[in-house]
Amino acid sequence: MKTPVQFRLNDQPVAVFVDGGDNLLTALRDGVGDVTPKFGCGQGACGACTVIVEGEPRLACITLAEACEGARVETLAGLRRGPDLHPLQSAFMEHFAAQCGFCTPGMIMAAKALLDRNPRPSREEVVEAIAGNICRCTGYEPIIEAILAAAASARRY
Amino acid sequence: MLEFRKDYFADERRDDLDVIGKGVQRQDMLGHVTGTTTFFDDHKMAGMGHLKVLRSPHHHARIRHIDVSQAERSPGVRRVIRGADVPRNLNTLLGLIGFGKDDEPSLATTKVRYRGEPIVAVVADSERLAHEALARVRVDYDPLPAVFDVEEALKPGAPTVNDVYPGNAFEYHDRFDHQRVRFGDVEAGFRSADHVLEQRYQMSPIEQAPTETNGSIAAPETNGRFVVYTPTQGLFFSLDTCAKILDVESNALHFVGGTAGGGFGGKVDSLTEPLAILGAMLTGRPVRYVLGREEEMQFGGPRSGERIVIKDGLMRDGRIVARKVTVWFDSGAYTRLTSYGAVKCAAHVPGPYTIPAVHGDFYCVFTNRTPATAMRGFGVTGVDFALECQMDKLAALAGMDPMEFRILNAYRDGDMKAHRREAKNTALVECVQVAAEKARWPIREEFRRASSRTGGGGERARIPPTPKDTSPPKRTAGGSTYTPSVAPPPASSWDRPAASPPATPFQERFAMPPPPPAPMPRPASSQPPAPPPPEPADRREPPPPAAPGPGTTRFSSVFGTRRR
Repeated sequence: MKTPVQFRLNDQPVAVFVDGGDNLLTALRDGVGDVTPKFGCGQGACGACTVIVEGEPRLACITLAEACEGARVETLAGLRRGPDLHPLQSAFMEHFAAQCGFCTPGMIMAAKALLDRNPRPSREEVVEAIAGNICRCTGYEPIIEAILAAAASARRY
Repeated sequence: MLEFRKDYFADERRDDLDVIGKGVQRQDMLGHVTGTTTFFDDHKMAGMGHLKVLRSPHHHARIRHIDVSQAERSPGVRRVIRGADVPRNLNTLLGLIGFGKDDEPSLATTKVRYRGEPIVAVVADSERLAHEALARVRVDYDPLPAVFDVEEALKPGAPTVNDVYPGNAFEYHDRFDHQRVRFGDVEAGFRSADHVLEQRYQMSPIEQAPTETNGSIAAPETNGRFVVYTPTQGLFFSLDTCAKILDVESNALHFVGGTAGGGFGGKVDSLTEPLAILGAMLTGRPVRYVLGREEEMQFGGPRSGERIVIKDGLMRDGRIVARKVTVWFDSGAYTRLTSYGAVKCAAHVPGPYTIPAVHGDFYCVFTNRTPATAMRGFGVTGVDFALECQMDKLAALAGMDPMEFRILNAYRDGDMKAHRREAKNTALVECVQVAAEKARWPIREEFRRASSRTGGGGERARIPPTPKDTSPPKRTAGGSTYTPSVAPPPASSWDRPAASPPATPFQERFAMPPPPPAPMPRPASSQPPAPPPPEPADRREPPPPAAPGPGTTRFSSVFGTRRR
């Protein structure tokens, strides 16, 4: 038995049919076709599926799809405005904040949720914001530097 | 003696390279930050089947009976796959280059040898339906005694883990149950030493834990080919492995890879590709087989847990005069790549130090644990942990600063290494000096002025008299209780006469050329009890450096040479 779910994904209305118990990650990847959130553990442990729901960072793999009815959902796919990169994307590039790239979509969304509510975070607040996102390649330092740099550059806009 | 010369690459070298000292952007970075990088699981196909695997709940058990009749009738099931459906249900990864015997089934049929071993696969319309069908498979087991400790596994009467290797030890050169290094007289060294320190070290298995789990998607293409989207770290290694297991020509497979969500050695084993392709072959549909995180931990191989015993003879002035090392690699239930890790370890001991007497024994042991494999410097990293802990303890015993102690014992250019190769381009002295400087760790002037380029050679270049072992390496039974379904693979590449044809039907079918003569030193294990026969001249000479063309050889750190 499929259930219809409607929500706003990156400012666009979407509708998708889900099975009872399907999570938001499955709805986005298999239903809508937005594959930017990644499956890493399915247990809410790694952060690779991080998206923003109603302004809050959420782990899509442990968020029920049906609970997102009518919600505003943001993913990495909606961050770029045409050819222009979001300051976080530019900063991640400049600071070599990605290697294999698998944690990057979740990492950037966790960072965006932080900057949206706190445009001038301290280093400790950045570390706290990405504490739920595992990166096996970079050792985190370039990521922290990139988020701080994005916050600084966004202030100049 | 083989040299790695620039001449070999003269035709490939460019003289306008100017990137050193500059930051250079990764070519895949824009895709990473915009989410457009396509990982294997980002391929979505209509009608895709989902493959899931039933795994052993036992560490060691005989399979009495498998009943899949209920599973086959389960909703959404397209196909149930058993061991009998796998064309060649026994494989070893390095069998492609004639190293080791086929020992690991894709799906277990008569026995399970570790907890998590695959037994039955189901292709269904969704992952959930596949899981529901697996819950309806009935397997009757007779649990068997299991062994989890490397030294216990080598004792007489220990349970046989892997029937292909009845002694629970990998067979090197089809004959020897371990690798050996013998250089000088360690026992005389211990007798003459002021201190003797023997210590045991134990590493734990270490999981690579890539953020993206292993998986693959296989789909029928036109002309009977199958496209495979995979995160494998060895695209052609994986392709050939699948061609062998599935008994098809390698040109029947079209592998698309190059993008891995982390690997660290955990994506070289072709864990999912063979069954994904077989599922696509048997159902005619795209089939996706992705490991969950628990499967990644239980079925994907970690770095082996090594047990390491080091015994050193030390003089009061800080010189190490003898080092004896024994390492047991826990390969788990099957070989995967640990056999090669043990070879790397043998080549690494005694570490970057010049010690006049070195004695090493290196075992690749089978236990009822998850099969171990490649992981970030496997074979070297673990033993380095032990060697460097030992160096700190020795420095304390000699009353020396640990940095200065390492410089004192460091190898220098021109020294003879335990493997009878001259040390060249050594840099441990300089590494320690830089580390001390960065850490603001004071070392005395004479150690600050030391150099890897001076103080080596001379007496240190001598190969010391090496006594013959009183106990020759154990000659293994050679798989006495096991009858392989195909001819046993040829001996390892460096043992095989250059002119001999490849022995296995697979290699004949794929027209693999025999490897060229390998200019590597003969392994020490082949020396005692008899002195090695004089090597033919073509084994000692490096390949001609000039004008490399098709068919000429290049150096490979793995197998000595590879074809150009």
